Amino acid sequence: MIPVTSARSLSEAYAILHQRPRGLRVLAGGTDLMVAVNARAGLDRIGHVLDIWKVPELRGISGAGGSLRIGALTTYTELMRSREIATHLPALALVSREVGAWAIQNRGTIGGNVCNASPAGDTLPLLLAAEATFLLGGPRGERTVAAHEFFVGYRKTALGADELLLRVDIPLIEKSHLVYRKVGTRKAQSISRTIVAVRKLAPRDVRIAAGCVAPIPLRCRNAEKAVAAGGDVRAALEQDITPIDDVRATAVYRSRVTGNVLLRLLG
Amino acid sequence: MKHIELEQQGAVGRSPPRKDGADKVTGRARYLDDLNFPGQLWGRTVRSHVAHGRIREIVWDAAFDWTDVVRVTAADIPGENVVHLIEDDQPMLAADVVRHREEPIALLACADREKLEEALAHVRVEIEELEPVLDPLRSTVVFKSYRIEQAPQGLAQAFADARVIEGTYRVGHQEQMYIEPQAVAAIPREDGGITIYGSMQCPFYVHRALQRLLRLDDSQVAVIQVVTGGGFGGKEDYPSVISGHAALLARKARRPVKMIYKREEDVAATTKRHPAVMKYRTAVEADGTLVALEAEIVMDGGAYVTLSPVVASRGVLHAGGAYRWRHARIDCRVVQTHTPPNGAFRGFGVPQTMFAIESHMERVAVALGIDPLELRRKNALQIGDELPTGQKLTSSVSAREVLDVVAARSDYARKRKEYGRSVGEKRRGIGISLAFHGAGFTGTGEVKLKPRAGVELTDRGARVLSVSTDIGQGTITVFSQMAADALGLALDDVEVAENDTSKMPDSGPTVASRTTMVVGGTITRAAAAMARILQGYVAQVHDVPAAEVSCAGGIFSARGRALAPFAAIAKRYLQERGSLRIIENYRHPPEIRFDDATYRGDAYPCYGWAATAVEVEVDLDTYEISLLDVSTATDVGRAIHPVLAEGQVEGGTVQALGYALLEEHVWDQRGRLLNTRMQNYVIPTALDVPRMHTTLLENPYPSGPYGAKGLGELPMDGPAPAVVGAVLHATGKLIPEIPLSPDRVMRAVLS
Repeated sequence: MIPVTSARSLSEAYAILHQRPRGLRVLAGGTDLMVAVNARAGLDRIGHVLDIWKVPELRGISGAGGSLRIGALTTYTELMRSREIATHLPALALVSREVGAWAIQNRGTIGGNVCNASPAGDTLPLLLAAEATFLLGGPRGERTVAAHEFFVGYRKTALGADELLLRVDIPLIEKSHLVYRKVGTRKAQSISRTIVAVRKLAPRDVRIAAGCVAPIPLRCRNAEKAVAAGGDVRAALEQDITPIDDVRATAVYRSRVTGNVLLRLLG
Repeated sequence: MKHIELEQQGAVGRSPPRKDGADKVTGRARYLDDLNFPGQLWGRTVRSHVAHGRIREIVWDAAFDWTDVVRVTAADIPGENVVHLIEDDQPMLAADVVRHREEPIALLACADREKLEEALAHVRVEIEELEPVLDPLRSTVVFKSYRIEQAPQGLAQAFADARVIEGTYRVGHQEQMYIEPQAVAAIPREDGGITIYGSMQCPFYVHRALQRLLRLDDSQVAVIQVVTGGGFGGKEDYPSVISGHAALLARKARRPVKMIYKREEDVAATTKRHPAVMKYRTAVEADGTLVALEAEIVMDGGAYVTLSPVVASRGVLHAGGAYRWRHARIDCRVVQTHTPPNGAFRGFGVPQTMFAIESHMERVAVALGIDPLELRRKNALQIGDELPTGQKLTSSVSAREVLDVVAARSDYARKRKEYGRSVGEKRRGIGISLAFHGAGFTGTGEVKLKPRAGVELTDRGARVLSVSTDIGQGTITVFSQMAADALGLALDDVEVAENDTSKMPDSGPTVASRTTMVVGGTITRAAAAMARILQGYVAQVHDVPAAEVSCAGGIFSARGRALAPFAAIAKRYLQERGSLRIIENYRHPPEIRFDDATYRGDAYPCYGWAATAVEVEVDLDTYEISLLDVSTATDVGRAIHPVLAEGQVEGGTVQALGYALLEEHVWDQRGRLLNTRMQNYVIPTALDVPRMHTTLLENPYPSGPYGAKGLGELPMDGPAPAVVGAVLHATGKLIPEIPLSPDRVMRAVLS
């Protein structure tokens, strides 16, 4: 039996984090963790589960003060239904619609997507291209980490052992807009083969990020520079990405199609 | 030939609600998982972690508390360690050599499911690994080979005189992906026998497998099919394996044992569609007349023979497609590889060869510059034509009709012209295919099986007696309709008996598109015989001539005068005479003859015909194919229940479109299946299904009940090559291998 603590407030959660129990795993919507538990994958490495689903401080979306602030426990369904998201960042609502089935959308959270840090996490290229920052907190205090510094290796993040992701902040920039394309394995309930997001600030000033083409969700700086310089964007993108073959697609496909999609999104 | 008419008497040809429908939609239907037995244990399987090797030792962790865990190995088998089917090469539990990943080696049972999972983690099997053979083209172990020849002496000359067109076509595994995984419960009995409840297609396969495994006589085994959540062939032979395992555990434990596979286990360990490599070489005249065919087909049978000989047989018998050939030589071999045994899957060898011949027709059309629809129409089989076995078609042939209906319904001619001019990153195309499918067992199968089925009188109507299973396709409803009409009863007064091998006649397995046509026909004859007996009885009771007595709507009458309700007569008959039970033997049409040795003659008593038109849009940025529209025309002989028949066509078409576009098993170099979950083995969702236009045609089979012929598998045969044709039309590239994954489309487009 694995002990589970269900925190009702951030301070209750911090109290557990402060104790640093062995093998602590944080449970939000459970759409990644419970799949692993069901498959008994890595079960022996889980010593204690901290359930934060009912921590009220981690909910809610606000669009005040020049940035969009999204609580870590915001579900995909809430992203799809939020007026703030629809107004300021409609692409995030659209990509939420492409994540899993309705049941997953009702339970899966943006914070879970970030902390699970899968290179195929569907919201992550959008957050990277939007230059989101993540507010982390724990018994030792709070700090802010930029999205592109948060993903440090395959499913590894900058999150400390006693830290939670509290909030995702996205700077609102006038007249910029975020576009993306997910290339999945079918028309619904699919995992991406590749996913590309572009935030356009000016014709030659763009932010580019992609998923499923590297061990981490990737900000594509070489491609951004090539756009700025009017250079060969496809060749520059090749410098950014390191795709692999897996059950969903080949590296050759990922490379080619990520380039095609990026060029199409850039217009 | 006519389209469905809805206004008619009786139940046949109407679409009443499914008899099992209300229970299924309200959750009252009890699947195996819903059944619990006093004192039951749960069973689990210890499996091979290598594809090929020699078992050294089963190591039970001494530190683990095994006291309440029942353990079974091959040494516990009281009878023969075989899975009884065609050959005896597959052990129920591997004892010395393992021949595929996930092969069962030992069994565990425990009342506590959590402890059972832990126990499984404390068994280790030491196996000396041997080199696996994973490529069927490199396999030297041939399970079975076939050759079909038609006027072979003229072959060489035909190839010398006409244009020669060649191509090689490949298909991979396909997973049945029934909603309910394999599931059984075994209950030990005081007489030393065993009772099985399970999700299955063929209760008597299980019955006979248990007799040999446990050395039991016929009366010591009862196999009862419970409500079954889909089969598609995947529950034809595999239930014998899991039932054998549950039975071994139950016998040793002396308690009921329930086994339900997890999805990943089911996908990794159980049967799939046979992959195939098919080389075609044809001689064709400049005007498009097909002259001669040479084909070499290699199917991958997996580790054990199981059903491979019959799958390959049906595949090779359909390898020439629904076309006329003057000369043909078709070779087929099915070989061993160290992968889980491939088995039955809707279509049973035909989706493979139909993919090859129909894709080849696209190649011929391109080579000759003929429209692919015209090429098919010109060569389509008609009454009087011969198949490569020499079978002369004498009735119920609709190849041209289904093509014409689909061409009209899909607006083929206009779209063919318009889409050919599309430019930009989205390219549209339309393709068409023609397929046929033999109904019932191949060759002498039905004659050898001697299937039996019948009806018995109840105090309100009749009960249908068979072991033909309803696995979602509607058997219970369709049998009831056929019996109701033969007896003049309302549908509600006909029921279908529980499917129990200890009580029911052996109507054979629920496979081969045979249930409605073969078993339904036998039930209809039994019901007609019962009607005659009851008419005689009524004549006696009411003192009228028997010839004038009839029954309609549940009322016996004579000369337009109502005599008595059926129920009253039934009660009186049962009171006076005890029971009335009629079991009939299937009557094979005597003119249908086949020689198993030479593969000449009538391989099937009749064929279903289907054409499919598929419209696609290919995205040249992502190489994804979107389905825009699918039209089908299907000759079913007679639609006993048109809504269920359309459901069969539409469901089968979706399954075939998954085969064409999405479904692909990925194996590593040591024979391990990498995608065993519904997340990574991708089947179509509702959003992947395009608009569908379904047309049923009724060109009756004279020997079928009400003119019906087999339907279940036919919709699986044609859609994949229609997609190939549509993609060829859209992109100019013929891709001879499915699924048409974006990776494959990319390689073709960039080549």
